This record gives sequence, C-alpha cells and structure tokens, in this order.
Amino acid sequence: MAGPPFLCPDQSGRGSMDTKKTTFNNRLLPYLLLAPQLFITLVFFIWPAAQAVKSSFEREDPFGLSTAFVGLLHYQRLFEDPNYLDALSRTAVFAVSVTALSMLLGLAFAASVDRLVRSGKVYTTLLVWPYAVAPVVAGVLWWFLFNSSTGLMPFFLEKIGIDWDHDLNGTQAMILIIIAAAWKQVSYNFLFFLAGLQSVPQSLMEAAAIDGSGPVKRFFNISLPLLSPTTFFLFIINVNYTMFDTFPIVDATTVGGPAQATTTLVYKVYQDGYLGLNLGSSSAQSVLLMLIVMVLTFVQFRYVERRVQY
Amino acid sequence: MFKKLTLAAAALALSATTSLAATEVTWWHAMGGELGKKLEEIATKFNESQSDYKVVPVYKGSYPETLTAAIAAFRANQQPAIVQVFEVGTGTMMAAKGAVYPVYKLMKDEGESFEPKSFLAPVVGYYSDTQGNILSLPFNSSTPILYYNKDVFKKAGLDPEVAPKTWKEVEDFSKKIVSSGAAKCGFTSAWITWVQTENLSALHDQPFGTLENGFGGLKSEFKFNGPVQIKHWANLKKWQDEGLFKYGGPVGGDQAATMFYAQECAMTMNSSAGRAGVINNAKTFTPGFAPLPYYDDVTKEPKNSIIGGATLWVLNGKDKAVYKGVAKFFTYLSKPEVQADWHQYTGYLPITNAAYDLGKSQGYYAKNPGSDIAIEQITRGTPTANSKGLRFGNFTQVRTIVDEEFQSLLAGKKDAKQALDSAVERGNKLLREFEAAN
Repeated sequence: MAGPPFLCPDQSGRGSMDTKKTTFNNRLLPYLLLAPQLFITLVFFIWPAAQAVKSSFEREDPFGLSTAFVGLLHYQRLFEDPNYLDALSRTAVFAVSVTALSMLLGLAFAASVDRLVRSGKVYTTLLVWPYAVAPVVAGVLWWFLFNSSTGLMPFFLEKIGIDWDHDLNGTQAMILIIIAAAWKQVSYNFLFFLAGLQSVPQSLMEAAAIDGSGPVKRFFNISLPLLSPTTFFLFIINVNYTMFDTFPIVDATTVGGPAQATTTLVYKVYQDGYLGLNLGSSSAQSVLLMLIVMVLTFVQFRYVERRVQY
Repeated sequence: MFKKLTLAAAALALSATTSLAATEVTWWHAMGGELGKKLEEIATKFNESQSDYKVVPVYKGSYPETLTAAIAAFRANQQPAIVQVFEVGTGTMMAAKGAVYPVYKLMKDEGESFEPKSFLAPVVGYYSDTQGNILSLPFNSSTPILYYNKDVFKKAGLDPEVAPKTWKEVEDFSKKIVSSGAAKCGFTSAWITWVQTENLSALHDQPFGTLENGFGGLKSEFKFNGPVQIKHWANLKKWQDEGLFKYGGPVGGDQAATMFYAQECAMTMNSSAGRAGVINNAKTFTPGFAPLPYYDDVTKEPKNSIIGGATLWVLNGKDKAVYKGVAKFFTYLSKPEVQADWHQYTGYLPITNAAYDLGKSQGYYAKNPGSDIAIEQITRGTPTANSKGLRFGNFTQVRTIVDEEFQSLLAGKKDAKQALDSAVERGNKLLREFEAAN
C-alpha cells in the first residue's frame, strides 16, 4: 500500500498517520461516503449475527412454527457435551498447527526467493499459485493424493511401513486436513513475507554485512525484527482463516470424521445447524465461535502488538 | 406477406396466453446427473399432456441441501409447492404439521382418486401415519441388495451362480476368495447405518427403537444395541481384522463402490438404485445380484428389508389452483406406465403394484435378471413392527453418530457393545431434544 504523495515517506516507506489532516467542509459527505460500506456490514454481518444471538436463546423447530425462549440452555448443554469440548481443543490444535506450519513455510520460501535475483519472479508466481485454488478443490486434491485405496501417498508411505487410512485413523485424518489447509495458506503468507523482506532497508543490510555478519545472522537480527508487523498481521489472518475458512477443506476431505476426529468448531456449526437442523444449538455455537475469535483478536492486539517493533 | 405476419403474431399471442394461463407448480428435487434428466423428462411429458399446469423442476443439490433449502424458503414464505425429501427427513417433515399439506388430504380435497392399497405395502407404510393415511407421495424408493463379482467367484473356485445366502456363507466365501488370491477382500458395504444396522434389524425382526420404531410417537427410544446388532458389528470388526471385510467410509460409503468396481472386493452391499451404476462400471467382469444375507441361527425366514430414497412432500401456503395442479401431477406420477418407466430406468423400486405388474407383463424382469431381487426382498412376508420402517426425529444426526461409533469400533477404540451402547445413548439425547422442540 503506497502512501499518497503528500505524506512524507520515511526510510521504510511507512508514513506516520498525523502528518496531514484532511478536513471536510461538508458534514454530510463523510457519512455518505461511508454509507455503502456501513450498509453492507449491517445487512451481511450485524443483522445475521444479531439473529444468531437471538436464536441461540431459543428452541425452535426447523420450520419456525413454534419458538420457545430457553435462556442459556443451549450454552449450558454445549459445555456439558464432551463432543463440543473435544471439538474446542481439536480446533486449537488445528489452528496452531496450520498457522505455525503455513507461516514457517511461507517465511522460509520468502527468505529463499528474496535472495534470488533473476529467477525470483518465476518462483514467486509458482509459489502464489496454490492461493488461486478454491478450498474445495484443494481439499479434493489432497484427498486424492492420500486416498487409501487409489492415492499416491499411501503407496509410498506403505514402503516405509506406515499404513495410511484416514477413514479410520483420526490422527492421520487430522494430519491430512492440516496439510491441506496449510498448503493453501503458505502462498498468502509467502507473498506478505516477501513484500516485507523487500522493504527491509538495503542500507541496514549493507552496514551489517560490512560489520562482518553473515546472511543467517542478518536474517535473524535485522530482517526478522523488522518483519514483526507483517508477522503479527499474518498471525491474526491465519488464525481467522483456520477458524472460519477451512470449512470446505474439512467437508471435501474427511467430512469431520472419523469419529469426529476432524470436526472443528466451524464444521460442527454446519453439522448441527445445516444437516441436523438444530438451529438453537448451532446458533449458540456460532456465537461462541465469534466470541473466541473476538477475544483472540483482542488479546493479539492488546498484548502481542506491544512487543511488535514498528 | 402482411397476412402471414399477422397470423404469426396471432399464433404467438395465443401461445403466450396459454402459457401465461398455465399455473406454475414448482418442484424442488435432489436428483442430479442421469436421474435428474429422467425426472425432468417426466415433468416435460406431464406438461405436454395438458395445458392448465406447468410443473417446473428445480435441482437444489444433495438431499440435506434440498431439505434445508425448502425449510429456509418456507420460513421466508418462498417455498415450492412440492419438495423431494429423503427418508431420514421423514420424522422432521411429519412433525412439521403446520408446514405440510398431507398428500391423502390433498388428493381428497381435489377429488383425485388415491388408493393406498395400490402402492407396495412396505413403501407406503414408511410414509403413512398411524391411521394409515399417506402423508407424502412415494417417488424414488430403493432397498439394499448384495452385488457380487461372478468372475472373482469363479477364480476362487466358487460357483458363480450361487451367491451367499447367510452371513456364515459370506464369511466362508470371503475366506476362499482372499486365501485363493482371487481378490484382496471378500466384501465391503455402502451405508453402514442403513444397510448393516437399520436393515439388519428389520431382516432379523429386531427393534431399532421403542414404540414401533418411532411410528408410535415422539417418545420413542433407540434399542439397536440388542444382541443381534452387537453380534453383527463384532463380526464386522473380526472380519475386518482378518482382511475379509473392508470399510467403505462414512455416510454413503462411496469407497465401497470404488473397491467393488476395481475388483478389490468381491462383494458389496448397496442400494438397488446402484444397479445401473454397477452395470455401467462392471466393464471387465460380470456382476451378480442377490438378496442381503442373514444369520440363519437367528431366523430361518428373514423379514422384508426396509426402504431408503425419497418422497414428495407438499408444502402449505400456496394458492388453491396450485394444489389442484399438484394433485393432477401426482395422479400422473402414479400411473403404471410412468412409474414402470422410472423404475426400470433408474433401478428404484416400482411404487405401485400396477407398475410392477406392467413390468412383469412387458417381460422386463425376465430380460434383466436381478432387477426384481429388490422387489422380492421388500415384499416377502408380512411386515412387522420391526420391519415396516423407522421414524425418528433428528435422524440425520443419529446416522452420523452411528457412523462415528462404527469408526471407533473399527479403529479398536471400543468393542461392539460399547460402540452400540454409546450410539444409542447419544441418539436418545437427540430424540429428547427433538421431542422438546416439536
């Protein structure tokens, strides 16, 4: 994001927010300009979210013919339900694994490509490719590769003594969705890390090189700290991604199984609400999921951001 | 020239008015691919047969998707007149009294003749209330049968014309097949819930739940953790460990068909509606068809199997004229020639006795061996309370639970009794939840 020309760009290309204040003479104009976005947010986010909160306190038949207020019953049931609590911890494992794996790989690729002068563009294009793949397609792709009777991977894994069957082995199913979800996200992380690395001032690197530090030391002592805003941003994006956007991957590969081994929170919302038509419980789960993400984002901004060097 | 033009214009105006006058009847369905094309052909033929009504079929995706879409549409007052609902959604639809226009009532109100006796008993029984009133029109019903690979049987030294009748024979045949190297596995199965649990219970006259398998009301409880079910699940686990049985995956068990087509497994159990698919895919071998096996130490005379598939439900909130059209269309759908054509093309059961008789007189079953196995299996004997079908709320989720517990069993985390006990316990919670919501 390049700053407008009237901002004073500093060395790293980042302008500070209060260099120039634009004033609007027309009081109505800013609201008018915001209106379309506000309208969309209201209709597509606030309103459905409010509906979810409302129906999480109600018990209703699928057709909406009879509705009864049940208070916190659905929430209480959820916290007594071992399946829900399992899904909670499972989602944590999934989110941490996918975020860690995709960010580490993204960073590793970015650092490698950053050092390439001529072939960098080619690698960038190739590495960004998976991001263009729809999540369902990504899921199906990995499902094919790991299919226990026709897939390529089980064939090789068998040679090293691993009997791959994610239809029955829960751990293997979890590994499968982690790989599929991380694979898709590596591209995204790679792109941001690469942009971050390229905005690291060359002068700093040169100075460090003259002082005799090698590429590895330069990476850890200069690039990595300067990348912290990018890392922080990606961290939030990735956690949100695993919480919400991984639904198609689970649905296309394991369908939440075996024996719920890959039923994450968002998949459970779908199963109970869409397939099971248990709208009250499903709404309560959505509300909880929303709260979890809000708390996580809050904690990230409040505490993690303090340690980030801008 | 001018005359010609006016004539053409007049003709155009005329045809436009007739099509405008035709009352539209929307029909949401879940039949993709070949089945969907055949369904559309039926609607087109009905539309061509008269000019007052126009049935408009709309494909809404899978069965659960279609049901959810219809429910969402009903809540928004945008519902279709007819919606195709799969058999597991029956409990949900029956409980939604204000949303559903029962078919028997519709036909009576519109003065169309509608005789429950003309339908195949096990089919219509599944969709009738306790007084014997038909609530939804049976459309596509199927029942599971056994498919086997005659070439592999030959290779294993078995008589290719003799399919296993009992589970003991399934075990013995599978052992021969695997030990002779004719195939890697003896048998697999689609739909563990529907075939190896629900139909197993019906065949052996074991209750799946209390209150006549839920037909008697919402207070029913699951009972499918009985001795026969436990024995069968324990056997499946044992046979899996011995390499005789291979798991085909959850829900529909799509892998089962793949393994059967690839000749990895010599036998599979799947819906009779899979017959066309088997014939198309069995390019390099000859398939055989047989009734589902049973335990001869439990029963000498297995009961009828139960059905799967879907029926057509009519939703409330439409104009009187639309319902008139729905009734006319349902009468058309129940015609023997329409039914027989659909049944013979798809492999679904003929819904009416007349359609079955028509097929017989056409010589269809003689020409297509194996095509009548499903009908014979579903019509044998007199249905008992345990074999006339199932009616439970939240049943989609219950099936998921049964799948999960079966996976725990195969993964060695639970034994058969623990798995079934846990499935029953978890299922009962959902039944109570459903009872409270309705």
